[in-house]
Amino acid sequence: MIRPARNHPGFWAFVAHRVSGVALALFLPLHFLVLGLALESGDALDRMLAVADRPVFKIAEWGLVVLLTVHLCAGLRVMALEFLPWRDTRKGLIGIGAAIALLVGALFMLRAG
Amino acid sequence: MTTATDSEGGTLAVEIWRGKDAGQFETYTVPQRANQTVLDVVTWIQRHAEPALAYRFACRVGVCGSCAMTVNGKPRWTCRTHVSKVAGEGALRIEPLRNLPRLKDLAVDMTPFFEKWQRAQGRFTPTRTRNDPLTTVSPQSAGRKAADAGIECINCAVCYSACDVVGWDDGYLGPAALNRAWTLVNDERDGDRAGVLKAASSGGGCHSCHTHGSCVEHCPVGINPTAGIAGLKRWSIVELLGGKLP
Amino acid sequence: MTPVVLYLAQRLTALILAPLVIAHLVLILIAVEGGLTAAEILNRTQGSVGWGLFYGLFVAAAAVHAPIGLRNVIHEHTRWTGRSLDGAMLVLAVLLAGLGARAVLAVVGTP
Repeated sequence: MIRPARNHPGFWAFVAHRVSGVALALFLPLHFLVLGLALESGDALDRMLAVADRPVFKIAEWGLVVLLTVHLCAGLRVMALEFLPWRDTRKGLIGIGAAIALLVGALFMLRAG
Repeated sequence: MTTATDSEGGTLAVEIWRGKDAGQFETYTVPQRANQTVLDVVTWIQRHAEPALAYRFACRVGVCGSCAMTVNGKPRWTCRTHVSKVAGEGALRIEPLRNLPRLKDLAVDMTPFFEKWQRAQGRFTPTRTRNDPLTTVSPQSAGRKAADAGIECINCAVCYSACDVVGWDDGYLGPAALNRAWTLVNDERDGDRAGVLKAASSGGGCHSCHTHGSCVEHCPVGINPTAGIAGLKRWSIVELLGGKLP
Repeated sequence: MTPVVLYLAQRLTALILAPLVIAHLVLILIAVEGGLTAAEILNRTQGSVGWGLFYGLFVAAAAVHAPIGLRNVIHEHTRWTGRSLDGAMLVLAVLLAGLGARAVLAVVGTP
């Protein structure tokens, strides 16, 4: 149940920022480990990349790209609110961030597909 | 009398929290009136239906900050909240403020709220006596403008009740106390502005704010505490780099 | 470390990460077409000082940024707080920096 007092764009921007941040932090060690496979040989990395080419991994990759974009945009919004003098377009910033995340997600799907 | 402006005959179904932490909602049927406020409704119930109902109010005109309650899920100043604005289908659910210890029915213990106000050093430190001349402060100065933007706080705790971080982190000072600290940091007459900034930058201070903006959404007098807290964050960096903050 | 220091570290690394993430995203969108191969990645990165610095800075900033963020999340949503949490986050930072440095060496180093 979402409390009515929370139901405004600023709260949802926070949720998106936090959820994407936690997901990225958990993914980061895995990402590094996979790239580290190249230490052994290019073949080891290729085997991993072949596994990652399956649809299920493609969807997960798409999710990570979207999450990275979401976290980037939400973070830039927070810093704009904290460090820039203007205050009135707060909600516009959230919309812009969401639109960019959608765009990057769509581009990734088009090019990967 | 202009009975035409009264919605005679209409009634409101009003659910009110009875008890302390353990308790239940009780429903009262209250006659509907034009220009009726939520506080009017609560007062009607106490006078006509439930004499033991506990709630707080004083001025009834949005100055004293005592009558805040949770109305249909949102914290509001009840004396300036018209029923017509919040009661969707003629139904009201009134609870005590969130994030504060409950006392009885609609009354909460405001002690933590004011204690944190003090922990943020939300008090003026004078530098002159009554024998000195008044300080001349230009209303056009940047500091005064920043202080003016936050100075009309009525200490109603609506922002404190709306804030998610207050609910998650017991130590967080909250929007009202930090907003007060921001007005003092910008008040050139204050004798210990460095002390205020230090208090507002300690654990549970301005850096705990995550810019949800629930305080801005709900502040009844239109203050933007999030902006003030952002100002404290910026200033704390300047002081840190200047070696004045640990 | 005081809240101000952590806050400043979090925002500074965010400022460093923002352009790097944008470049990373652009690169992903370019590279994803037609699938990804190790040769494709390694041809670009192996022996390149520029990419080495790019990914090195990326890893260093992320290794600081992620633990500070997680610390806030854990402090606010669980009962875990205080020194043990700070210690665990420090370990996480070292771990991320180590694994990240290894990954950078793996893709930039020449066999």
